[in-house]
Amino acid sequence: MTKGRRKLSGVYIALMLLFLYLPIFVLIVFSFNSSKGYSWTGFSWKWYKELFSNELILHSLKNTLIIAAIASVASTVLGAAAAVGVFSMKNKTLKGAINNVTNLPLVSPEIVMGISLMLLFSFARMSGGFLSLVISHISFCVPSVYFSVLPKLRQMNGNLYEAALDLGCTPPRAFMKVVLPEIMPGIITGFLMAFTYSLDDFVVSYFTAGNVQTLSITIYSMVKKRVSPEINALSTILFVVVLMILLVTNVRSIKKERAKEKKMMKI
Amino acid sequence: MDQNKKVFELKKIAKSFDGEQILKGIDLDIHEKEFVTLLGPSGCGKTTTLRIIGGFVTPDSGDVLFLGKRINDIPPYKRKVNTVFQKYALFPHLDVFENVAFGLRLVKTPEKEIVQRVREMLALVNLSGFESRRVDLLSGGQQQRVAIARALVNRPNVLLLDEPLGALDLKLRKEMQIELKRIQQSLGITFVYVTHDQEEALTMSDTVVVMNEGRIQQIGTPQDIYNEPANAFTASFIGESNIISGIMHRDRLVEFAGRNYECVDGGFAKDEPVDIVVRPEDVEIAPATSEFLCGTVKDVIFKGVHYEMHVACNDFMWRVQSTDFTPVGAEVGLRITPEDIHIMHRTTYGGEKG
Repeated sequence: MTKGRRKLSGVYIALMLLFLYLPIFVLIVFSFNSSKGYSWTGFSWKWYKELFSNELILHSLKNTLIIAAIASVASTVLGAAAAVGVFSMKNKTLKGAINNVTNLPLVSPEIVMGISLMLLFSFARMSGGFLSLVISHISFCVPSVYFSVLPKLRQMNGNLYEAALDLGCTPPRAFMKVVLPEIMPGIITGFLMAFTYSLDDFVVSYFTAGNVQTLSITIYSMVKKRVSPEINALSTILFVVVLMILLVTNVRSIKKERAKEKKMMKI
Repeated sequence: MDQNKKVFELKKIAKSFDGEQILKGIDLDIHEKEFVTLLGPSGCGKTTTLRIIGGFVTPDSGDVLFLGKRINDIPPYKRKVNTVFQKYALFPHLDVFENVAFGLRLVKTPEKEIVQRVREMLALVNLSGFESRRVDLLSGGQQQRVAIARALVNRPNVLLLDEPLGALDLKLRKEMQIELKRIQQSLGITFVYVTHDQEEALTMSDTVVVMNEGRIQQIGTPQDIYNEPANAFTASFIGESNIISGIMHRDRLVEFAGRNYECVDGGFAKDEPVDIVVRPEDVEIAPATSEFLCGTVKDVIFKGVHYEMHVACNDFMWRVQSTDFTPVGAEVGLRITPEDIHIMHRTTYGGEKG
């Protein structure tokens, strides 16, 4: 019984991984194909070379990175500050209301976000462009930071802040010296999430970009005309970069666990 | 203790949270070098009182005086008081040394002095050699000691302790009780200690403050509180006791359980209704004759040092402790001597009586 069940779950996992990663695997393989079609004709770096000589792609990559950097830093500051502020609020109803409102962008369809932001900007007589892009990216990145900092605050021993005051810290100093180090892991996770969200956003950007080209918009317009293997190369690079970020964060937390265990052994 | 200087004075302190009155007029003096324990059931306002002294809570009305000066609005970081919190509240991102050094670093103490004072403190709490340990990997008792060292290293006038031993097991708790008393005596600092454990309060304190429902019930030495409880609440909260209602006919003559007893108290109105406390260890098993109050043994439990039994006399169940075994169902007499009868004025408190 258990053996059968184990086999079944093994098959399930294999299928899941296959469906998830086979397309990406195919994409990576064909980014190294020497010809355009979907038949393997030999290994080459051709598409990577073309990619890096394509002005349009490089330009939109630059835009995307700048927007992601600004949006993720700004939303980290805003989201962390909001989490700390709301956490220490005494009014429970208001607290719950704010949590739900903050959760909305995460659960509502992106297209709703995109259209409503577009309407907002046109209502405010703001033409789509760099600024509107940054603002809309911040608006959907803040919740992810907020909700990764909040649990860290909840886990924190409530007396820590008071203990710092008790030992002579002024309130701002107590926050910097005691609360901030405690919630730092949540802030870093939130920042990385915000950065990747901003990096690969298409829907919201599409509605608010005006004539600014971001990477996802450029890819979309290129695909409309014809499927160019340059896009395979670009997607491969993006995949590898995101994979690296994930690996770094995971390895960091694993290392911490190990160090903890080692110390345990010593005691 | 009274000849000593007053460190803290609380005058008519009242405090409400969400419309519920937690403190209903607290008057309390805390003297230099005194070990004061605030004792009471949960929700009695003892922790709130401690937090008012620490500066974490501002009273709605009344005054807090520190060495004669009103300090109602002085924030915690400007008070020469340090706190040991219930769940220790050590800083997890700092090691043992840095936790203890935290307060000293804030006032820019020279490094050499920091090292020396932290070492001294760790030695005082028996944690020498633990300097570079992570605090979240210490045992509960060790964390407790770090918390005490972290507070005491700043040389506060008063150390506040909020149920600091609550999370420790019984054996460790007993050790720490003795340890805390030793530390308090060797440093000569005032300790204000909050607990709901009456045994802890009696073991360590110079003065016990019994609190219930936002009011102080009694202030006294452990002996006073135990031997001469001021009212039925104190009597039932401190140790086990038989609390029975009676009538004080005149000085040194009281009637309860349908009999007249000679007693040592006086100063009541003629035929005043009173509450009478008799500790279970003071009731002696005697032959069932008309000379004594008689009853039937309902149950017997072996407690190690003694047997604890319940004896039903008419409609009152007496708690009796005796080193001799008496079988269930036996008819016995209860000998109660005049010195063991404590007479208290009636209060509105009605719980646990009978």
